[in-house]
Amino acid sequence: MKINITLNGEKKVFNANYDDYLIDVLRKNGYLGVKKGCDTGSCGACSVHMDGKVVLSCATLACRADGHEITTIEGVQNEATKIAKYFANEGVEQCGFCSPGTVMSILYLEKCIENPTDEEILHYLNGNLCRCSGYQGQLRAIRMYLEAKQDEKSW
Amino acid sequence: MKKVGKNIQKSDAISLVKGKPVYTDDLAPRESLIVKVLRSPHAYARIKNIDLNIALKVPGVECILTYKDIKRIPFTRAGQCYPELSAYDKFILDEYVRHVGDDVAIIAATTGKIAEKAMKLIKIDYEILDPILDFESAIDNKIIVHKEDDIFTKIPIGFEPKRNIAAKIDLQYGDMEKVLNSCDIVFNGTYKTQAQAQAMMEAQTTYTYLDHQERLTVVTSTQVPFHTRRHLARSLGIKTSKIRVIKPRVGGGFGSKQTSHSEFYPSLVTLLTSKPAKINYSRKDVFNGTTSRHKMQFKVTLGAMKNGEIKAIILDGLSDTGAYGEHAITTFGSAGKKVLTLYNKIEACHFKGKAVYTNNVPGGALRGFGVTQGTFAIESAINELAEKVNMNGVDIRNLNMIKQGETSPLYNMITKGAGKEPMYMDSCMLEECVKTGVSSIDWIRRINKVETNGSKKRGVGVAIAQQGSGLPNIDMASATLKLNDDGFFTLMSGATDIGTGSDLILKQIAAEVLDVKIDNINVYAADTDITPFDSGAYASSTTYTSGNAVIEAANKMKEMIISYGGKFYNTSNENIVFENEIIKNIKTGDSISLAEFSNKITYNLIHTQLIASGSFVPKKAAPPYMAGFADVEVDTETGEVWVADFYGVIDCGTVINPNLAKIQAEGGIVQGIGMALIEDVVYEKRGRLATDSFMQYKIPCRKDIGNIHVEFVDGNDETGPFGAKSIGEVVINTAAPAIIDAIYNACGVRIRELPASAEKILKALNNANN
Repeated sequence: MKINITLNGEKKVFNANYDDYLIDVLRKNGYLGVKKGCDTGSCGACSVHMDGKVVLSCATLACRADGHEITTIEGVQNEATKIAKYFANEGVEQCGFCSPGTVMSILYLEKCIENPTDEEILHYLNGNLCRCSGYQGQLRAIRMYLEAKQDEKSW
Repeated sequence: MKKVGKNIQKSDAISLVKGKPVYTDDLAPRESLIVKVLRSPHAYARIKNIDLNIALKVPGVECILTYKDIKRIPFTRAGQCYPELSAYDKFILDEYVRHVGDDVAIIAATTGKIAEKAMKLIKIDYEILDPILDFESAIDNKIIVHKEDDIFTKIPIGFEPKRNIAAKIDLQYGDMEKVLNSCDIVFNGTYKTQAQAQAMMEAQTTYTYLDHQERLTVVTSTQVPFHTRRHLARSLGIKTSKIRVIKPRVGGGFGSKQTSHSEFYPSLVTLLTSKPAKINYSRKDVFNGTTSRHKMQFKVTLGAMKNGEIKAIILDGLSDTGAYGEHAITTFGSAGKKVLTLYNKIEACHFKGKAVYTNNVPGGALRGFGVTQGTFAIESAINELAEKVNMNGVDIRNLNMIKQGETSPLYNMITKGAGKEPMYMDSCMLEECVKTGVSSIDWIRRINKVETNGSKKRGVGVAIAQQGSGLPNIDMASATLKLNDDGFFTLMSGATDIGTGSDLILKQIAAEVLDVKIDNINVYAADTDITPFDSGAYASSTTYTSGNAVIEAANKMKEMIISYGGKFYNTSNENIVFENEIIKNIKTGDSISLAEFSNKITYNLIHTQLIASGSFVPKKAAPPYMAGFADVEVDTETGEVWVADFYGVIDCGTVINPNLAKIQAEGGIVQGIGMALIEDVVYEKRGRLATDSFMQYKIPCRKDIGNIHVEFVDGNDETGPFGAKSIGEVVINTAAPAIIDAIYNACGVRIRELPASAEKILKALNNANN
């Protein structure tokens, strides 16, 4: 079947089988920033946005994306670069495999909550597993990123 | 120091976070055949017949391989220096399958779906055998996991497969009977640790192709590219020179990629078809078809005086190596060798036990590598003994633990080629670690008072630990530095950065020696054709072993630059100074920048290429130390434990990059909390893994973790690069025993078998109340 997706702002048509998952269609077509960490929607590495909301692309059938807007990490490179700098400053990117998915969740969190508390940050990112960092450093980085953004706005 | 001790960012950090295609699966050729492995549904069975007729007819299937198609060559997948201390007890495919998930057939097809379809159409007639799943009944059981006669070990390790014994340990000093008889108290306790999964985020992934010279190129997510090349050469029966192993960015290791797994299958397919092939393990493949932490149990005997002095320790253990003996003796050996040295005042010591075969998924390397298991047993026993002699966990350790400038006869016994001269732990800052932790957690006040808030009780606990820094006289690392035109360097290293930032650490070390800017060094790592040998990312060896190799290479490079500077200025070397990227003739005052100098010697004058190499083998143990303090809250109504705060105080010598070291520590502590409380590899009755996905196998997520506080004491080991020791593994070891101690101090329940699940604690609380 043919699937029409507005992908990172561009209209695309992909060929997919009815039982293909979105992650496989995306990776097959070169969107390699979407990572596969598990097959059960448990780790969050494959997180993308569908109509602006975080979804797990390994647990979303590709056909369900037909007619919808999908954003992958490739579509938010500028925003990701900003977050990446704070991650790098803390040294919490580590192996980096979970990072693109985590970035997608951070961007969604920002959209939903103006000035999130630590509790809210943890809540929104709870589905993004990371085995390297122990999470604490990521929380420090995210907090600093968000604070800097608030400062920017207040100018 | 200008570069060492500084928070410099990893050069790949931004790319990784932005999702650039850098991992094995991202780089694989699109036209690769997709390889899948058919895995055994039975814990133990003989393959009576395999019928491929229908499967082979599926359009798009390229080939299906069974044990009948493969030359029978025993080998080990354990990534260790040659000759390995692991049994050669594995065949790529065999007539027998020895655990659920053991490999039965290799299918290659144009797409994954076709391979899976074909897999379902393979008809296998199994003779199902009774498995051994309980490791306590493995020895001399009538069921034998390895009945074949062509398996062997290269080094005597007590290998008795017909008795299901993969390896034995027996190490002792002192007159145990006499010392125990002289003790006021003899304490006995049994402790069990579970199998834990590495749970790295990127699964094992490999792609292979034949290059223009028809050589097999293997691009793989590995911690041990050089060992993998050797494993492939042996198991495939081809020359090492015909294989090239390349390691791209690795999405986490923790030991999971210290054993070769995914490399064999696409290699076979490529050799057979001459086509590129790729395998990307599913999470189910990872759980069923790779390794986990060895499940172990230990009977601990402590002999002590009333005043708390510990005189004797017996550590009698059993390790479940599963169906194959990968890392069997080495992890089990580490459980005693790198733990007992903590208590160096003992007069008698006996460490013994066996690693046994069962029909469980094999044990393998996992951060801490046996030391984690041994630390749990010994440290838990010490905490129990402390109570018996009316001391607290800190006081008993202060009395008995190894301190700066002290030694232990065990260090000589466990260090290859150590000789008889005592090895003094001059850089040991353990005492300082404990002292710092005591103050950070407010130990004295907290240990004497249990806080209660409704059904919740709060308590503190302590444990200490150590690890190694590379394996003395075994591990070897090399590094090569090349001065390029325009004055920048290429650092070629066989070390494998698996996310820890070791490429950057090595760069910082090289930049410090050469006194050049960090950005003036590019690291090219782990390509067996190009980079020099390195044992790989294991045994906490990279910073220490590879770092020392980099120092030697950098010092040689510096000498070369000075020597060629002398030629350039036509003067003797004593007149040349190389500092801050400037080569200066102090006699005349002339100077030239490194960039200009390298352009000149490359293009116009001298016409040479400066290349320097260095190698390093550790000669003595340089253990990092840690004191861990847990502050936990136990809900006595549900049995749930919340680690509110964990204080880790670490002596890893000089800290090369404080940020990276801190993240290593935080990550290790969280992995340790997972092991202490929630993580568990569980089997069903017939040996099927019940926890073969992240749905069932739980690792800590963000909300499971309280505050982690990491501190470094000011250490310095004279044998380390700029005084550095390792950090990667020691950080996991204290979590479980400290948390278990804190749980006891909070609510009086002592858990001796990990994980301390809410269910176990609640049951114990109920039993205590009845």
